[in-house]
Amino acid sequence: MSLDSPPPPAGPPPAGPQVGADEWVARQARRREYLPSWLGHAQRQAERVGWWPRLALVGLAAAALPLIGLGGFQLQVGIDALVIALLAVGLNITVGWTGLLDLGYVAFFGCGAYGFALVSSGQVGANGIHLPSYLSIPLVMLATAALGVLVGLPSRRLVGDYLAIITLFFGEAFVEFTNNVAPATLGGPNGIVGIDPISVFGYQITSNTGYYLLLVIVLVVTMAVLRLLEFSRTGRAWRAVREDPLAAGSMTIPVDRVKLMAFAFGAAVAALAGTIFAAQQISVFPTDFDTPILILIYAGLILGGAGSIAGAATGALLIMVIYDGLLRSPTDSGYLFYGLILLTLLVKLRPWRRLGLVLAATVALGFAVHAIATAISARAVAGSLSSTGWIGSALHDWVIVPANATVAGNWGFVALVCLLIALVQAGSRTRTILLPPTLYLAAFVWETRLSVEPAVTRQLMIGAILIVMMNARPQGLLGQRRVEAIT
Amino acid sequence: MSTDANEAGMAGPEGSGAGGESVLQLQSLSLSFGGLRALSELDLQLRDREIVSLIGPNGAGKTSVFNVITGVYEPSAGDVVFAGKSIAGLTPHNIARMGVARTFQSLRLFLNMSVMENVMAATYGHTKAMPWESVLRLPRARREERESRALATDVLSFFGQRLAGYRWDQPAYSLSYANRRRLEIARALATRPRLLLLDEPAAGMNPTETHEVTELISRLRDERGVAILVIEHDMHVVASCSDRVVALDHGVKIAEGSFDAVASHPAVVEAYLGRDPEALSDAG
Repeated sequence: MSLDSPPPPAGPPPAGPQVGADEWVARQARRREYLPSWLGHAQRQAERVGWWPRLALVGLAAAALPLIGLGGFQLQVGIDALVIALLAVGLNITVGWTGLLDLGYVAFFGCGAYGFALVSSGQVGANGIHLPSYLSIPLVMLATAALGVLVGLPSRRLVGDYLAIITLFFGEAFVEFTNNVAPATLGGPNGIVGIDPISVFGYQITSNTGYYLLLVIVLVVTMAVLRLLEFSRTGRAWRAVREDPLAAGSMTIPVDRVKLMAFAFGAAVAALAGTIFAAQQISVFPTDFDTPILILIYAGLILGGAGSIAGAATGALLIMVIYDGLLRSPTDSGYLFYGLILLTLLVKLRPWRRLGLVLAATVALGFAVHAIATAISARAVAGSLSSTGWIGSALHDWVIVPANATVAGNWGFVALVCLLIALVQAGSRTRTILLPPTLYLAAFVWETRLSVEPAVTRQLMIGAILIVMMNARPQGLLGQRRVEAIT
Repeated sequence: MSTDANEAGMAGPEGSGAGGESVLQLQSLSLSFGGLRALSELDLQLRDREIVSLIGPNGAGKTSVFNVITGVYEPSAGDVVFAGKSIAGLTPHNIARMGVARTFQSLRLFLNMSVMENVMAATYGHTKAMPWESVLRLPRARREERESRALATDVLSFFGQRLAGYRWDQPAYSLSYANRRRLEIARALATRPRLLLLDEPAAGMNPTETHEVTELISRLRDERGVAILVIEHDMHVVASCSDRVVALDHGVKIAEGSFDAVASHPAVVEAYLGRDPEALSDAG
């Protein structure tokens, strides 16, 4: 028995045949963390660069983006994405680290925005309150953190679904509150307008470029602060409470206080995002803080990987750039739609023979259907494609668009959903046969229906991305694989 | 490195006095869930550096005793006195901070945290740095972090090669079953206990590992100066390490004394094997 041997040095693992069962399991687990092939290689190279240099590099690159000509619309998308990223990083404290399902989180964002609006506009009193922002922002953050503690109080007794329902109620109550209570002060559905800009060191930020840069700096600083917190006693206590509250309590961790602290910190970060949002928008409305925003924040956090700061930020930025940037214009969303389908086929379909077969069959099927439809009735191809540019001309003689595109598209959509379900359930050979008609039908539905309804399509696309992600990589893009304790 | 951690106080705030000083006293302790009496009128005393085993058939109330001592359950009657103070009704983290540490029968590690973090998390109650101190890396936060790491290194080294340095950054879920049990003990030691409650430390272990556990329990007492209350079903472990054995059945203490006396006590034999006279004579 080797119990009495001197303790080994703390540093690098000892060389030689030290690999026991534990070590082997750990190595296997680590290997599974990486994506296959060259993607995993890139991942490993990226990890060689430490966390801090990576944050600095990405931050600098993001700050340099406006210099290389980010236009008005793109800049607005960037600002929205950064706000959501800041929110996701804050949500990560309660959901990712402490494991408390807080569905009222968006209300803290709203409290920050409304709080800032009240003390930085002509809304209250005859002349209004115009606090300087170095005072108003910390004040609003502290007040929201206190509110976070109040909302967190049920978490001492309720966990999981029950806490989720209670906090969701709080989130909904906030929207109702701002809509209906004290319309003279809160403005009801008309919100608060004419909010002062934020000033930093006496310089008033009025341009979108200014707010973009401010948000990049604030996000980088927040991520740095949270990184320092993650591996401190507080961060360890948060994660210990997530892993096992009973054991955490028995190991000197005051579980209730630690949970409330997580709520307070998350609320403070959300409030910070709210103040910048309010100042940049110059106005706040109750609908800015409703459930759709909450869903976007959660989607970002889950896509990026709950529990990882970098993951939360990356996921939120990605979701918002896709959702707000690409899926808004039909041309860009067309690139994304066809690009994603082709990419998935290229990555997933093996052997190459099968890939070639499916692609050729799809192309042939399209021309055949188009030719047959043209021969039967001119009305069947009377409509025009919604894709323009080179995609439009490439698909012109391939996809049929009937005169009554809306009705045909609706039926096509139903058929597509049925085909997709069949595709998922089918065996390998049936799947190969089903793929060409599915692909063709997808293009048909896209051209007739989906790309002309961007509001609905973006939701569908985000849902599809999340479903695919949860199957391919449940821990999210940058998340760590986690095991659930079976007790 | 290890002197640093010893300085941090392994023996608890009161220090280890004379060998006869009482650490834990259960005074006619009762625990009921509605009509079910899990424990009734239980008296138990533990002195400094004493190892007492708690035995009894399944459902006898052994783990309930642990849960009452550590504050998971509040006793319905009676009192728990630890180091001269009543701790009945206190919250678990306060009891743990006073110097009562435990391990769990069904392992309750922080599975998705590294081995080192598991142990360091247990120093929370003995550190004070506020979050902003940790963020700004102020002197107190840095000093506490250094001390926590030293203490964690020290308690992990207690297990020698079993929890050697290269395992410290691995997630706890990658450990084997036996190593998880060891890590639980290491984590409990990091709370600087004066009383250690071990809930079936040898469950699911092979004979070699069970033998190791037996030695470990004695070493814990000798080198760490803790009093130990241990629940164990493996009678080899109970026989070779305990100063005293207490047998429970249906929440009632049925026998107490040396292992040989308790093992041959008619009430204990009956609790384990039933009242059949033939089985009784076989067991004897």
